[in-house]
Amino acid sequence: MPLDPAFTGRSYPPSTPYDVSREKIREFADAIGATSPAYRDAEAAKALGHRDVIAPPTFAIVVSMKTNETVMFDPELKLDYSRVVHGDQSFTHHRPITAGDQLVCVAHIDAITSRMGNDMVTVRTEISTVDGELVTTAKSMLVVRGEDA
Amino acid sequence: MTPKIVAEVGTELPALSVRLKRDDLVRYAGASLDFNPIHWNEKTAKDVGLPDVIAHGMLTMAVASRIVAEWIGDPGAIVEYGCRFGRPVVVPNDDEGALVEVSAKVTKDFEDGTVKVNINAAFAGKSVLTGAFARVRVL
Repeated sequence: MPLDPAFTGRSYPPSTPYDVSREKIREFADAIGATSPAYRDAEAAKALGHRDVIAPPTFAIVVSMKTNETVMFDPELKLDYSRVVHGDQSFTHHRPITAGDQLVCVAHIDAITSRMGNDMVTVRTEISTVDGELVTTAKSMLVVRGEDA
Repeated sequence: MTPKIVAEVGTELPALSVRLKRDDLVRYAGASLDFNPIHWNEKTAKDVGLPDVIAHGMLTMAVASRIVAEWIGDPGAIVEYGCRFGRPVVVPNDDEGALVEVSAKVTKDFEDGTVKVNINAAFAGKSVLTGAFARVRVL
C-alpha cells in the first residue's frame, strides 16, 4: 500500500540525549579505517582549533540511528521496513560533532513521493546540543520498494 | 594550523584504494549499530535477492570520505557531504574481499572559502556512489 503523502511535515519528539565519547569516535574511526589524528588525539584536535577529538563526517548516522528508527517504525506511517533501501544520505555540519557533546535529534518528514511503484521518504534530522546549538543536519532518503518493483 | 593545500578547480586529490572484507563489515556493524543481516549473513542476503553479502552503503560512504579528510588534513573542514547509493559493493567470504577505488576532484569554488569536491567510488569498474560530493572549507 502506498504511503500517505499527508505525513509530509510530520515531526517527532526530541530524542533522549546522546553522549558523544572519545571512545565511540575512535571505535568508529577504526571501523572505517580513518587515520586522522583529529579523531583520536585531543591535543591534535585542539591544534586544529577543536575543543576535543571530532567525529568523522558520517558519524552523525550513529547519533541519529534511534530517531530514524522511530520514524521507520512509526505505526501510523505503516512503512514496510523489510522493503526499505537507503536511497541517499547527506550531512551538513554546522560544526563538527565533538567528544563531550550531548546531542538531541529531532526528525522531520520533509517529503513523501511515489515513482514507478516505489515510495520515497525524505527524513531530515536536526542534531543539536542539549543547549540548543545546531550541530548537524542529516537527510536520509529511504526507498520503500513497491510490491511489484 | 592546517598546511596550505592547492584547492583550485580541477585539482585532483590523491587516490585511495580500500579493501573491504567480511571482518570489516562486522566491525562496521558493531561501530555503527547497524546490524542488518544482509551485511554479514549470506543466507539472508541471498534470500532477499542479493548475489552475496553487501557492504553497508554508509560504510562505503564513510570510506569514500577519507579521500577528502586525508587531503585536507582537518576533517572538521568537511562542512557538507552527500551521495546517492547507486550499486551495492558485494563482499565475498574470502581473503580478497571487495576493492573500492576512490578518486576525487575539486569541481567548484563557491568563493566563500569553500570548494566542492566531486567523489567517485568504484567497485569492479562501476561507480557505486552516485553524485557523491563534499563541500570543504579551504580558508
